[in-house]
Amino acid sequence: MTEPVRQLFAVAAPLIRANVDTDAIIPSREMKTVSKTGLADGLFAGWRYTTIGGRDPEPSFVLNQAPYAQTQILLGGENFGCGSSREHAVWALHEFGIRSVIAPSFAPIFFGNCIRNGIVPVRLTAEAVQRIASWVVTDPQVHRVRVDVDALCVEAGEGMRWAFELDPESREMLLEGLDAIDLTLKSKTDIDAFLERDRIERPWIYRLPEHE
Amino acid sequence: MTARTLFDKLWTSHLVRELDGDTALIAIDRVFLHERTGSVALKSLSESNRTIVDPARVFCTMDHIVDTRPGRGDDTVLPGGKAFITETRAATEAARIRLFDVRDPLQGIVHVISPELGIVLPGATVVCPDSHTCTQGALGAFAWGIGSTEAEHALATGTLRVKKPKTMRVRFEGELPPTVTAKDLSIALIARFGSVGGNGYAVEFAGAAVEALDIEGRLTLCNMATEFSAVTGFIAPDHKTLEYLKSRPYAPRGADWARAADAWLALRSDPGAVFDREIVIDVSNLGPMVTWGTSPQHAVPVSGCVPAESESGASPESYQRALAYMGLSSGIPMYDLEVGAAFIGSCTNSRVSDLRRAAEVLRGRRVAPGVRAICVPGSMSVKRAAEAEGLDQIFKDAGFEWRESGCSMCFFAGGESFGAKQRVISSTNRNFESRQGPETRTHIASPETVAASAVLGRIAGVDQLPAQARAS
Ligand code: SF4
Repeated sequence: MTEPVRQLFAVAAPLIRANVDTDAIIPSREMKTVSKTGLADGLFAGWRYTTIGGRDPEPSFVLNQAPYAQTQILLGGENFGCGSSREHAVWALHEFGIRSVIAPSFAPIFFGNCIRNGIVPVRLTAEAVQRIASWVVTDPQVHRVRVDVDALCVEAGEGMRWAFELDPESREMLLEGLDAIDLTLKSKTDIDAFLERDRIERPWIYRLPEHE
Repeated sequence: MTARTLFDKLWTSHLVRELDGDTALIAIDRVFLHERTGSVALKSLSESNRTIVDPARVFCTMDHIVDTRPGRGDDTVLPGGKAFITETRAATEAARIRLFDVRDPLQGIVHVISPELGIVLPGATVVCPDSHTCTQGALGAFAWGIGSTEAEHALATGTLRVKKPKTMRVRFEGELPPTVTAKDLSIALIARFGSVGGNGYAVEFAGAAVEALDIEGRLTLCNMATEFSAVTGFIAPDHKTLEYLKSRPYAPRGADWARAADAWLALRSDPGAVFDREIVIDVSNLGPMVTWGTSPQHAVPVSGCVPAESESGASPESYQRALAYMGLSSGIPMYDLEVGAAFIGSCTNSRVSDLRRAAEVLRGRRVAPGVRAICVPGSMSVKRAAEAEGLDQIFKDAGFEWRESGCSMCFFAGGESFGAKQRVISSTNRNFESRQGPETRTHIASPETVAASAVLGRIAGVDQLPAQARAS
């Protein structure tokens, strides 16, 4: 069960680079245990710190700059979250406090991982993301961005309002913080019926050679 | 009846029930896990007191952080990596799923062993918490990468909630020039249509050039579908597919085989089936490809130059960033770029046919002085087969390290790297910033281009090698 997200009104940080991959979000070397937590420190480690494996903040990196300390929304570039399927990227973002990423496009696996972990992936045009960023940077603390999952829209001050799309299932999961497994197990009868049919239809799928 | 695409057939044959919108509950036939992301799913599943519905259809391998140096054991170059190995071993044992462990003679990279053991089958749904799962679509399966939470879902329910992708057909038509490989096709596609060109689509690869590829080439082609941002890539099964699968350890036998084979040959897009998008590429004028930048779409023919910004297809910001990272400037011929390292391996290009073609280039030659060259077979079975043909000796004589199977230096796990600013020619799939180690500069190409470049110490196609007098 993840925490539901209905509405955000928060500081947004621009990180508008194309193809920000999951290894940039959480470098492999920062995934030290078989665990979903303890990852926030490693978030964007390669860009956030001055040395590999070090912890001295790189002052030019956006999340190290004072006005962005409370960032909950990231403004990203094309193909955000591409690369490795590692869900650690989303866990690290969430643990750091990020609740939404607004970008022109997302890698499909990353997008799904966001939905399942209470991060709202918002697709807006590159132009819209850029306009939000330009407005935000003039006063990040005051120029907060609103992401509304109920109404499926983003607001960034006067006259800047964009609708975005989310399939009903994803929207529902974010709004309710639903555990997809519980939800699916409600369809147990359908699953059993499918299996009964399919075992006759495609027996070879189920009849595997004995495992030694 | 209306004409249906192959993808529609794969989809409806696994449809448990429709859900809201375009989403459906889809039955999952095979789940594959690995020690890097699968271990998290297994741990989380047992912590929530859930069990795997059908452990016999779940498999796990040690490929990502396992050491690949000769004589390896559980210790890893990555600090703390051993814990992933021991925990994965314990978790798979508790869950009673088949593990291809560090010393298992069938161990290897998930997308190499799943086809070679007949675990992935035509018409099957296969998922793995790994983005290159699309590789396995080459056998006519619906195979795609998922996150760890979704893997838990697949394990606990035998299904996934999936948003139906749009359909795309990419037809590679014409006759493939002898120097052009499946890898070059995939890079050319991404260079032309962009690294987000396939976003939202399930992509069927078809056309005369695809039919002409052997199964290993098809695996290479489908491997790169994720770099195209596609949900998956796949190819209709044909007689080559059947021949490839027959008698593989986990493939159906006896009467099951006969029935399955019939069903599989019907898995193709009907004539007149309509796709949401269709792309046709004429392969007859393609050449070997290589990447210059930090996305697979940053690619040119090996004989080309670093493009000008206006020709690059990248935004000004990402173009400049890529050039700075790679230490390049516009107009430099790719041939002029000296390489310090060469890597042959990964789920893209580490199968026997890949190694055979690279060895053919290396036979009787040596890598240029100062070039660190490594070959990592994709599985222990590949390694044994290559050794039986004497390929290992050719690699070693040429100055290559010859390793145990695994992902190895395809990605930087935190242990081994080629070094900052080192220029690497690599048969892998990703040239992202720091993919092969902090600040390492990766150029992606086919195994034969990697071999030729290693010999000349600079990026080069096979046709650049001086002719040599050969003993045999
Ligand atoms: S070989 Fe590389 S791309 Fe393939 S599964 Fe391993 S790390 Fe991923």
